Amino acid sequence: MIIGLSHYLTVAASLFTLGMFGIFLNRKNVIVILMSIELMLLAVNLNLVAFSSFHADLVGQVFALIVLTVAAAEAAIGLAIVVVYFRNRRTIDVAEIDLLKG
Amino acid sequence: MLLSTLFFYLFAGMCVASAFMVIAVKNPVHAVLFLILAFFNAAGLFVLLGAEFLAMILVVVYVGAVMVLFLFVVMMLDVDFAVLRAGFLKYLPIGATIGIVLLIELILVLVAWVTAPGIAAQAPTPPSSQVSNTVALGQILYTKYVYLFESAGLILLVAMIGAIVLTLQHKEGVRRQSIAAQVRRKSSVELVKVQSGRGLL
Repeated sequence: MIIGLSHYLTVAASLFTLGMFGIFLNRKNVIVILMSIELMLLAVNLNLVAFSSFHADLVGQVFALIVLTVAAAEAAIGLAIVVVYFRNRRTIDVAEIDLLKG
Repeated sequence: MLLSTLFFYLFAGMCVASAFMVIAVKNPVHAVLFLILAFFNAAGLFVLLGAEFLAMILVVVYVGAVMVLFLFVVMMLDVDFAVLRAGFLKYLPIGATIGIVLLIELILVLVAWVTAPGIAAQAPTPPSSQVSNTVALGQILYTKYVYLFESAGLILLVAMIGAIVLTLQHKEGVRRQSIAAQVRRKSSVELVKVQSGRGLL
C-alpha cells in the first residue's frame, strides 16, 4: 500500500484536533495550553511539508521554517509571561488571572 | 516501499499516541516528555517526506531548546498541579464534542479535496540525486526569500529581548560596578600637565 498525501494530512488533522481538545480539557493549566498550541503548530508544519513534498515545491518548507521560528518566539515570550505572573501572584490558574477585571 | 510504509505507520501512530498522552497525563513533566516524543516522531515523518533539514531543525530547535525551556519552567514553578486539574472531567463533554466535530470537518475536507489542474510549482524541488534538500532550501532561502529570512531573525531578536526584559529583576542591596561614577570621581584621580625638564616635584 502506497502512502499518499492524504495519509499525512490525516495524521496532521488528528494532531490538530488533539491540540484543540487539550486546550478545552486543561483550561486551568496555562503550561499545558501552551503545549497544546505547540501541538497545533506542529500539525500545521506537517501539512506544509507534506504538500511541499508531494507537489515538488520547496516554498512550503520555507514557510514551515518561518512557522517554526514564530512558534519558538511565542513559546519563549509565553513562558516568560508565565514566570513573571507566578512571581507576582504565586499562581498560574487561568481562572484567577483577573487583575484587569475583564 | 514496504519498509517506508511500515515506518510511516510507526511514526504516525507513535506521534498521535504521544500527542494524546500530552493532554491526558496528570504530571506536566510527563506531558513535556511525551511532547518531546511526539516531536521526534514528527521529525521521522519529515525524513520520510524528504525534508531532512526541517527534521533536523525540529530536533535541534524544538527538542533541544523549546522543550527544555518548558521543562525548566515546569520544574521552577512551585505549583500544585493537582488543583489545576480539578475541572478536567467537567470540560470533557464539550471538549470531546468540539474535537469530534473538528475532526469530522477536517476529514470531510480531505475526502473532497482535489488540486486545481495546471498548478505549477513556484520553486521546483530538484531531484535528490542532483542536490540535497538542505542545499536546495538554502539556494532559495538566501536568494528569493531573503527578506522573509531576515524578518524571521528580527522576530527571534525581539522575542529574546522581550523575554529578558520581562524576567530580569534588579535585587536591592547588590553592589554593581558603575563605570560612569568611577570615571567621574575627583578625589584620587587627577590630570597633571608635566613640564619638560622639571618633573612633578
